[in-house]
Amino acid sequence: MSRGAGEPAVEAVGVAKAFGRTPVLRDVTLTIARGEALAIFGPNGAGKSTLLRLCATLYRPTAGTLRLLGRDDRGPDVRRRIGLVSHQSLCYPDLSARENLTFFARAYGAPNPESVADAWLDRVALTDVGARPVRVFSRGMEQRLALARALVHAPDLILLDEPWTGLDAAAADLLQGILAALRREGRTILAATHDVARGLAVADRAIVLHRGRLEWESAVGADTPAALDAVTRRLRTPAAA
Amino acid sequence: MWTILQKDLLLELRTREALSALVVLMLLILLTFTFAFDPAEAATAAPAVLWVTFVFAGLLAVQRTFLIERENGSWYGLLLSPIDRGAIFVAKMTGNLIVLAIAQVVLLALLALLLGVEMPRAPLALFVVNGLGLVGFSALATLFAALSVRLRAREMLLPLLVLPLLVPVVICAVEASRVVLAGGGAADAGAWLRVLATFDVIFTVAGWLLFEQLVQE
Repeated sequence: MSRGAGEPAVEAVGVAKAFGRTPVLRDVTLTIARGEALAIFGPNGAGKSTLLRLCATLYRPTAGTLRLLGRDDRGPDVRRRIGLVSHQSLCYPDLSARENLTFFARAYGAPNPESVADAWLDRVALTDVGARPVRVFSRGMEQRLALARALVHAPDLILLDEPWTGLDAAAADLLQGILAALRREGRTILAATHDVARGLAVADRAIVLHRGRLEWESAVGADTPAALDAVTRRLRTPAAA
Repeated sequence: MWTILQKDLLLELRTREALSALVVLMLLILLTFTFAFDPAEAATAAPAVLWVTFVFAGLLAVQRTFLIERENGSWYGLLLSPIDRGAIFVAKMTGNLIVLAIAQVVLLALLALLLGVEMPRAPLALFVVNGLGLVGFSALATLFAALSVRLRAREMLLPLLVLPLLVPVVICAVEASRVVLAGGGAADAGAWLRVLATFDVIFTVAGWLLFEQLVQE
């Protein structure tokens, strides 16, 4: 991990994002070190997906500064080091799984796109259905393909938005294994999820977003589930709202 | 750029959605014109019929280019990649150009069949006129299709946004086609072709430069 070593992977200072007059993120200040894994919790509408999309360069902050991988710009050199698993698979339904992965590997300048695609199909256990169009995939198969698409270029910063959604137990374990391997490789991971157990299992640190604000953060330890539960209960009370 | 172009052409080859819709719509518009014109007037009106039919049917095909990107959010997959945004525009524009060029060949055949338009003595001149008209149309329509695809009333907005700006291209293309279909050569339509080429350059460069700002949310 030589590129930009020492610089935080994500450095947000007073970041806000609004769509029209609707604020979605407010004054978020957060630093995520390289190689760190962060779990992002919060109710629907808390701003988790927006934070991830800001980090993916898909949105620009309305206010504040957001440095990604030590850089202020959102150019190709930054984008090629980021991988995003979104709510949607971001794949073409009329192309096969293999064609999709080959296309994205080529788009990221992988030296041998076909081999990279085959390796990832194997890793997410989709080799048998690699020639089928994505349109006929089940939700779980599409989610595994989405994971492969996001990782096909070996990104340094991995952004996961509800990655366990739609996965059966075996596929969820497969994802857990891949994430553990990525952590060992020193990749930075941001995972937004409602699944507390799975989220904490892959994270070094956890944060809670509520109504666009960063309400709580803590290193992950034995007492984190209880603390998280207490925070969630507090935020549900009318006074917090 | 080649990666995106290859993917777009593969998708079109597999689904044939843009081309089939384009040909059916062109045929329907042409049939209407066939009944509207006196056979003696048909040849005179041919250049206008050619471009009016092409522009209205073509807008449908160009919009499709970006609609396929919205399904499953694959547009974001493309924007996340390190491919230069200007190159995405050029790839999309070139893909449209290829599909529209095939459609225009079909349209010319239909014109000959339904309106009795004779093929010109200088087919190369017709190729130049149509080629220049296609480039201008593709550049402008691709740019605005990218803009309108995010909007709710996109089917209505695209023609409203593009057609006023396309007027100079359409006028030049109609006039140059009139000269060529009447038996003239490319040199006879020189003034129209020069204006057309100028618009092509302006629209293509503007699209390439503005695309990044246009796709940023």
